[in-house]
Amino acid sequence: MSWLTPTMQELLLEAFWETLIMVGASTVISVAIGLPLALLLYVTAPGGLSPNGWINRPVGLLVNALRSTPFIILMVAIIPFTRLVAGTSIGTTAAIVPLALAATAFLARLFENALREVEPGVIEAARAMGATRLQIVTKVLVPEALPGLIAATTVAVVSLMSFSAMAGAIGGGGLGDLGIRFGYQRFMPEVMATVVILLILLVQGLQSFGDWLVRRLSHR
Amino acid sequence: MAGLLARPLVAAGPLGHTPPIMQHAPSSPSASPAAITLAGLTKRYASGGTLALDDVSLSVQPGEIFGIVGRSGAGKSTLIRCVNLLERPDAGQVRVLGHDMLALDDAGLRAARRGIGMVFQHFNLHSRRTVAENIAFPLEIAGLPAAERRARVAEILPLVGLEARAKAYPAQLSGGQKQRVGIARALASRPRLLLCDEATSALDPETTEEILALIRDLRARLDLTVLLITHEMAVVKAICDRVAVMEAGRVIEQGRVFDVFTQPSQPTTRRFVSEVIGHGVPEGTIARLPEPGPGETRYLAHVLFAGPNSTRAVISQASREFGVDFNIVSGRIDEISGEPFGVMALAAYGEPAKVTAALLWMQQLGLAVTPIEEDAA
Ligand SMILES: Nc1ncnc2c1ncn2[C@@H]1O[C@H](COP(=O)(O)OP(=O)(O)OP(=O)(O)O)[C@@H](O)[C@H]1O
Ligand SMILES: [Mg+2]
Repeated sequence: MSWLTPTMQELLLEAFWETLIMVGASTVISVAIGLPLALLLYVTAPGGLSPNGWINRPVGLLVNALRSTPFIILMVAIIPFTRLVAGTSIGTTAAIVPLALAATAFLARLFENALREVEPGVIEAARAMGATRLQIVTKVLVPEALPGLIAATTVAVVSLMSFSAMAGAIGGGGLGDLGIRFGYQRFMPEVMATVVILLILLVQGLQSFGDWLVRRLSHR
Repeated sequence: MAGLLARPLVAAGPLGHTPPIMQHAPSSPSASPAAITLAGLTKRYASGGTLALDDVSLSVQPGEIFGIVGRSGAGKSTLIRCVNLLERPDAGQVRVLGHDMLALDDAGLRAARRGIGMVFQHFNLHSRRTVAENIAFPLEIAGLPAAERRARVAEILPLVGLEARAKAYPAQLSGGQKQRVGIARALASRPRLLLCDEATSALDPETTEEILALIRDLRARLDLTVLLITHEMAVVKAICDRVAVMEAGRVIEQGRVFDVFTQPSQPTTRRFVSEVIGHGVPEGTIARLPEPGPGETRYLAHVLFAGPNSTRAVISQASREFGVDFNIVSGRIDEISGEPFGVMALAAYGEPAKVTAALLWMQQLGLAVTPIEEDAA
């Protein structure tokens, strides 16, 4: 274990922490923006609660455009925007902006799919009882879709872990970046292996937690 | 032989005459305003362009159980969904419990809907709410405080026999229990009207009986009016007071269940009715009947024994007095809404004038005589 010097330990810990920050912050932001977007898409879709093509089509188009842009290009392309929001275009904080943006678009679609999975009959029953549209969304749609929403979030978090490795390109740091810099560029395979194992454990843990939560919340 | 069988007994008069829409006499012309009045409802779906409702009018009296039967695609669901405006008709009027539904604004419509319970074929329960939480849902929507919601749920659970399952989730219940929850939920906000769209179609026959008994019982206890849709005549026979038969978006026949069952006027109705009261005569039976002798005719008819003369020895008397021989092809005795009746398929043999006279005499006694047509046989 000669490679695991105190300096390296510190680097690993720091990278781990950076990954958590990047993934955690962008998850929170993308859920906070992605869910309203998904609800907007769901509600304004043809045959939805308030069909409206003038909202549905442009929003859908924007979401698709963001989803089809490769992350590494997105990251560079939105640097001016990142500077505006984060005050800087490099570092961990700056990396959160493109990560959150990519994940928001990704989640908006996954969330929309989860909402579509809700049995239309339950919504119809609520309409027949005289529920308002807001009540239908808050008391039927979101609660019934909750397990699906959580499953979607789990998928997004795992994808964010792998996207965050690319954040090294703008100095975002994190485990992936550490693996590239030491494992690949300085030829320290032990560092590479450690990083990969840590990432695998992290992903496994998150996935298991997500699955457990979904099981707990659904009563099917 | 086909010509003979299809030949009407008398050219003019009620026998063998089939009016386009048969309106049976109303049971009791009620003075109180109808619970539901639909007038001239027309609905064409944009996608597909099907005319789902074609000038449908009917009214449901307070306290009655009104059934709508029809084959798949006849427009039954569209019709019931027009009552609480889940579906908006293109034309026509919808009056429900005194509201002109089509004139209401959004808030008014929501308020009106709270006074109308609805039960669905696939239950439509919230999978993540317990039985008690499902039943409380309409009360939550209406903004009732939690304590009142709990009290009302506790009151209604025993009505549907689910006290023990209050904390269960829908996935842990049988189909019949799920529908009990559906009914309890529909009744939670004390509606005066209950709409049931194929409420028993996903259930086995025994559970269907149970649910129908429950609806009948609740109607009496809670003073409900029930509009129910089904494709099973057995359901209509079991609990409905009146029935409307739908075909291709139109109501082709309506009236008291007893009248429609015992004297169906439309071929579609006859087929539906024969499902449960055996109006039909087996194919082979007719083929095996003896041919009429020389100078004789053979006439096949259903004779319905209902009303005051249903217990008289009609057949032997007709045989004696008119010199006509009768061959009884099939027969059975049944009961609808507590009224007994018998249906018999007869083959009458004799001189044509005598056969006609004998059957007319039966008709004058108040028995319904309907010729058996080849397609109905
Ligand atoms: N949302 C819809 N869009 C287009 N067409 C529809 C829609 N709903 C029903 N229809 C059509 O309208 C007609 C009547 O349908 P409806 O569901 O009222 O029939 P139903 O009598 O309830 O049939 P079932 O016994 O199968 O439930 C059918 O031809 C059906 O295909
Ligand atoms: Mg239907």
